[in-house]
Amino acid sequence: MAQVSRSPRVYDVCIVGSGAAGGTAAKILTEGGLNVVMLEAGPPLNPELDFKEHVWPYELPHRGAGVGGNALKRGNGLENEFVAPTGAWTIEGEPYSSAPGSTFRWYRSRIVGGRTNHWGRIALRFAPVDFRAKTRDGLGDDWPISYEDIAPYYDKVESYIGVFGTKENIASAPDGIFQPPPKPRCNEVVAKQACDKLGILCVPSRLAVITRPLNGRPACHYCGQCGRGCRRASNFSSSQVMIPPAQKTGRFTLLTNAMAREVLVSQDGKAEGVSYVDKKTRTEQRVLAKSVMLAASACESARLLLNSKSTLFPDGLANSSGAVGRNLMDSVGSDGGGIVPRMEKVKPHNHDGVGGLHMYVPWWKFDRKNDFPRGYHIELWGGRHMPGVGMFYDSCDEGEGYGASLKSRLRKEYGTYLGFSGRGEMIPNADSYCEIDPSGVDQFGIPTLRFHFKWKDSEIKMAKDMQEVFKSVIETAGGTYTTKTDPDGSNPYGIMDGGVIIHEVGTARMGADPKTSVLNGNCQAHDVKNLFVTDGATFVTNPDKNPTLTIMALSWRASDYLLEQAKKGNL
Amino acid sequence: MPSNPVSRRDVLRTLAMGAVGGSVLQVIPLAAAEHVHHMVSAEKSRTPAGKYVPKFFNAHQYATIAALCDAIIPPDGHSGGAVQAGAPEFIDLLTSENKGYQQSLGDGLAWLDKFCTGQYKAAFVDCDANQKKQVLDLIAFRKNILDDASLSDGVDFFAFLRRLTTDAFYSSEIGIKDLQYIGNTFLPDFPGCPPVPEA
Repeated sequence: MAQVSRSPRVYDVCIVGSGAAGGTAAKILTEGGLNVVMLEAGPPLNPELDFKEHVWPYELPHRGAGVGGNALKRGNGLENEFVAPTGAWTIEGEPYSSAPGSTFRWYRSRIVGGRTNHWGRIALRFAPVDFRAKTRDGLGDDWPISYEDIAPYYDKVESYIGVFGTKENIASAPDGIFQPPPKPRCNEVVAKQACDKLGILCVPSRLAVITRPLNGRPACHYCGQCGRGCRRASNFSSSQVMIPPAQKTGRFTLLTNAMAREVLVSQDGKAEGVSYVDKKTRTEQRVLAKSVMLAASACESARLLLNSKSTLFPDGLANSSGAVGRNLMDSVGSDGGGIVPRMEKVKPHNHDGVGGLHMYVPWWKFDRKNDFPRGYHIELWGGRHMPGVGMFYDSCDEGEGYGASLKSRLRKEYGTYLGFSGRGEMIPNADSYCEIDPSGVDQFGIPTLRFHFKWKDSEIKMAKDMQEVFKSVIETAGGTYTTKTDPDGSNPYGIMDGGVIIHEVGTARMGADPKTSVLNGNCQAHDVKNLFVTDGATFVTNPDKNPTLTIMALSWRASDYLLEQAKKGNL
Repeated sequence: MPSNPVSRRDVLRTLAMGAVGGSVLQVIPLAAAEHVHHMVSAEKSRTPAGKYVPKFFNAHQYATIAALCDAIIPPDGHSGGAVQAGAPEFIDLLTSENKGYQQSLGDGLAWLDKFCTGQYKAAFVDCDANQKKQVLDLIAFRKNILDDASLSDGVDFFAFLRRLTTDAFYSSEIGIKDLQYIGNTFLPDFPGCPPVPEA
């Protein structure tokens, strides 16, 4: 039989990663007419089988605690058995390290949809001032784009994915296109009353959960279990909302269990595809494309660039600035809470609501001088949620005892807890970055990351302020603040280790100056015009707003730009 | 019997209605419903009442764990206790999979029997009710270490077991009902908070 000579297929775009950034780009690019191939390091997602929506704890042998009680370990709550199968703090065979003196935790996902399957779904716009950070207070850098550039894309994303909220006209928290919010829960009513007395803003939260039907997705049914994954997709995930329309175009190829190794570069310095390990067969593969878009999460994308070394790009791809891996930021996080005894008298009722807060405290001290730069918001939690493992540790350890008195105390205290999570802005610093670990490779032989991370004085002062505010809100509500934090030690004022809030961004930032940034304002590499990065790596600053909504807006905008450039033949 | 049969029926019914024409979802409702049924029946066949064979603890250790679970969360006028809620099974399962638990619970049980033998010449399970109460009153409160530092290991052990026992109890059908939790269901609209009394 005669040999047929056939050149390999060349896609228009290869996207690495299927989460918020990759899913958005896949939808826009395929609907715009391009042929897209996507590499996802994990398996496909099957909501019908993978999601534990509406399962009671006693229906699982480990009751949600995980094998060997893994989820009961402090900081491992995200690995409980109910959470959508989205990732883990440690992945066997895929290590990373923290440099001496640094503690960084990296939550990684290996599944279609990535971390959007479980995320908190808090969808907050950055404010105009957030894009002008350096102009405002001299710290960090300005973005190369303005709020006006991105605002139309916030509109598009919110309209498509569905976000609830209310128009409040708050300078630090721009309004968006909102569906009606759910009514407040008891803990939120009590917190708001106290905030009103203290002059602290407390308004309906803004979450990517639909309270009205949208594009064939039914409205929320208020089971409070968004984090487990929603079979009906009433909450947003890339896997259920972005990937299906891309698939519908017939121009989308999804390769799962495909672990990207490096971006391939042609002799003329353009990206020409991606090499990857097919995890099922353990074979080396490559896929060719006219453009490459990295959307693998901030640190994975930085890792890919740093591992894509060639004679043309000896320090890694698109890294002539040396900024790849630098400017690593997470959110400043500190939590606290306490008991409000008068809530004991509230009659038992359904408190589930959506899987997350119905009310929140946006940054309210933007009009005054504070002890620290920038700001934070407060997320509210607590109340009569579904009981489960880990829920009574504070009460067990505080009140101690045993027997009838312990049992009646826990019954009385159930539902009376008011919890607060402060989430604030970190200023980028020279001591926080990731790099290739000179002595580490994963099970596929791909060099791994080593993290350096330091909180500075401004972040610690912010955490101190959070603790003081939490305490004053609880006490104003007539309760007792039970959280204890230490001003010294490794986690002053309860500030969490870097990476724990899972808002890591900044490692391939955009900027006007190619000497200090990796990408231009369209998420296009300064050094390689057919290479794009659209995940959180692009961020110049990390305002107190959770990054996902902005990642999607930037990815949508970059995809529009890519489409236009592809049409003009500029790539 | 499920605690809330109406809600489970609703779950299954709503799953069955999940595949709406034109939906972006690719729902396979039958598979989903079968999956839920499968999990429930698998759980039931796994733990027939009274038939549990410990995976890690020996019979004496397991009896001691059960006695302690019962002391931590006993049955009362409202509900059954931690033993009825399957706490010993839960603790044994987790311990069989975790070397750290094996060490701390194994050491703790040995400490307890040694202490009881020293005080009452009997292992904990063989002590009378009054003796058991005396021991528990010592190890259930951290402040007692100030008077007697040798209680430290016993206090740590009991604190750990108290956490695991509450985990088991409040993740059980009995415990969830005890707290009068209402939810895990389908609501067309969220009703919000009933009136909260002033302080």
